[in-house]
Amino acid sequence: MQNLGIQVLFQGNNFLRLCGGLWQSLQIAVISMVLSIVLGMILGIVMTSPKKLVRFLCRIYLEIVRIMPQLVLLFLVYFGAAKHLNINLPGSWAAVIVFTFWGAAEMGDLVRSALQSIPVHQYQSGFGLGMTKLQVYRYVIIPQTVRRLLPSVMNLLTRMIKTTSLVVLIGVIEVVKVGKQIIDSSRYTVPDAALWVYGVIFIMYFAICYPFSRAAAMLDKKIKD
Amino acid sequence: MDFEFIRGNVPLYVEAAGITLRISFLGILLSTVIGLLCSLVKVFKIPVLGFVVNCYIEISRNTPLLIQLFFLYFGLPKLGIVLSSEGCAITGLAFLGGSYMAEAFRTGIEQVPKIQTETGLSLGLTKWQVFLHIILPQAIATSVPVFCANIIFLIKETSVFSAVALADLMFVAKDLIGIYYKTDEALFMLVTAYLMILLPISLLCSWVERRVRYAEFGNSSAVPGK
Amino acid sequence: MKQEVILTTKNLKKSYDNEQLVLKDMSFSLEKGEVVVVVGPSGCGKSTFLRCLNMLEPIDSGTISFKDQVIERDRKDAYTIRQKIGMVFQSYDLFPHLTILGNILLAPLKVQKREKQELIQEAEQLLKRVGLLDKKDAYPRQLSGGQKQRVAIVRALMMHPEILLLDEITAALDPEMVREVLQVVLELAKEGMTMVIVTHEMEFAKAVSDRVLFMDQGLVVEEGKPEDFFTSPQTERAKQFLNTFHYEAI
Repeated sequence: MQNLGIQVLFQGNNFLRLCGGLWQSLQIAVISMVLSIVLGMILGIVMTSPKKLVRFLCRIYLEIVRIMPQLVLLFLVYFGAAKHLNINLPGSWAAVIVFTFWGAAEMGDLVRSALQSIPVHQYQSGFGLGMTKLQVYRYVIIPQTVRRLLPSVMNLLTRMIKTTSLVVLIGVIEVVKVGKQIIDSSRYTVPDAALWVYGVIFIMYFAICYPFSRAAAMLDKKIKD
Repeated sequence: MDFEFIRGNVPLYVEAAGITLRISFLGILLSTVIGLLCSLVKVFKIPVLGFVVNCYIEISRNTPLLIQLFFLYFGLPKLGIVLSSEGCAITGLAFLGGSYMAEAFRTGIEQVPKIQTETGLSLGLTKWQVFLHIILPQAIATSVPVFCANIIFLIKETSVFSAVALADLMFVAKDLIGIYYKTDEALFMLVTAYLMILLPISLLCSWVERRVRYAEFGNSSAVPGK
Repeated sequence: MKQEVILTTKNLKKSYDNEQLVLKDMSFSLEKGEVVVVVGPSGCGKSTFLRCLNMLEPIDSGTISFKDQVIERDRKDAYTIRQKIGMVFQSYDLFPHLTILGNILLAPLKVQKREKQELIQEAEQLLKRVGLLDKKDAYPRQLSGGQKQRVAIVRALMMHPEILLLDEITAALDPEMVREVLQVVLELAKEGMTMVIVTHEMEFAKAVSDRVLFMDQGLVVEEGKPEDFFTSPQTERAKQFLNTFHYEAI
């Protein structure tokens, strides 16, 4: 069977190359996510500040991130840095910066709403038992917040993994780029390689995102029950 | 910043923004129709279709739009299905948006208390009449916030369409950077264009949300009016 | 004077999720113009019984007949028969997205396809009777619980039901609003409306009913005229139940 396009996946190390490309995307997602969680925790606490100005500034930051398409942010950092800082920032770095900038804002908002959803009397009874502010956070507030946050954090992670597909547009060699290279190099031998390669990339993304979103949905249900 | 350059290229951006808006409008319209149909299938628990809809929703929500687009634009022609850039963009957006809208409507429908259905039935309305006259109006009111968020999300997602050769805002910006090296100007106009599209829509959405919330349609067990 | 029987149940059995029976063998008949009050401790199955009569709950076995015609939940004619059996629930179940008039007119317009002008006249008359004519363009959230419940009664009456089922319609109301709702029901009874009423208001039950059904654990334990039942109940369980309403006796 000479016309079977699927063979393109098994020629040479094509499949491994695709996996390597995916790994590049995942690295960007995971590094950005870890940074986002750390920064988001801090931001979330800052967002509950009693100072109006602080809250206002956080709000502006969040709205900017929410209203601008991630791809626009990527362009701003990638092309902007090249021009003004006169450095050729690698695309993957630009991606980590943008995704962290975006993720931290989203995470911050999640942390803020989780903190605010904990009733005041939880704090008060903590203080009433003679705990310090730090102890109240450590033993009473944070454990409850983490439970509530887990599903949303997992959803944010799937969103981030999906969004990493954009980095091909700023020249990062990741799964889509590798796919394009494979398609180009087998243009004459396997004319319908595009169908198979993009089909496989499609399935790869699904295979990674689906378990996370499933788990998030299950956790969410468990918490609500 | 070269303002002369900016002024000269405004028409390019206006045209591109028009394309972005047209694709968004058609894509969101289709998404809403698909979403409504899918949510009906799920709410009425229609046997086989229900499974198909579930699969569609999971696939659509767990894959990136860009990959969906590449599959449509580069993959499908190999099967003899050729779509134009615009056709791809609208199909892709509707495929993605349909599942998000379906979830929004489904949650809205499920939030209407069961007693509302029972009351309708006890008045002699058929199941379909109950849905049309009692459940749907309330569900729409409760879905508004998520519906609005989806609209903004989908318009933002249109930014990837340049990748399938659609001459939208990103495409123009990239072109200007590539040809003239006018990075600042091109990016400045890009951001401004998106702000001019998204800011009014975002403000409109929060206004609509507030109106709906004041109407308090969603909550039938609310405190008696005091 | 022998009256016409319009609703009967024979050996009705009902369980939730095939667990313990909520209704064990309920046989019951209702005559035209009769007001039957069902009382009993919480969880005795009285609300479930009422919901079965209106086919809101599937039954395990037994039959329900309306005027010699057996009725079933999944049959097409369920909708036509439901029009003849009106029901009012405990919670304020008005449709929040419609005005008071919209709530009242929805079913007669859509189900019975009656003339709108004529319906509005009838609705206004009924609203006037329950003292709520000035609220006809208000939304449910602008009404008090008692007002909502009176509207719910009017809404059910607009379908010209032959039987009215009232399921603890005052249980969720503030005490001062209970009277205004029960007053409406008392008037309906006086006019000869056939009703099955589940309630915890014993004084009202005594005043309104022609017959009292005392249920416990899914069975009718005692049945009789209100003057007999409330003054000299025959069974031990009925005595105990009635005693819980007399604080001075403790």
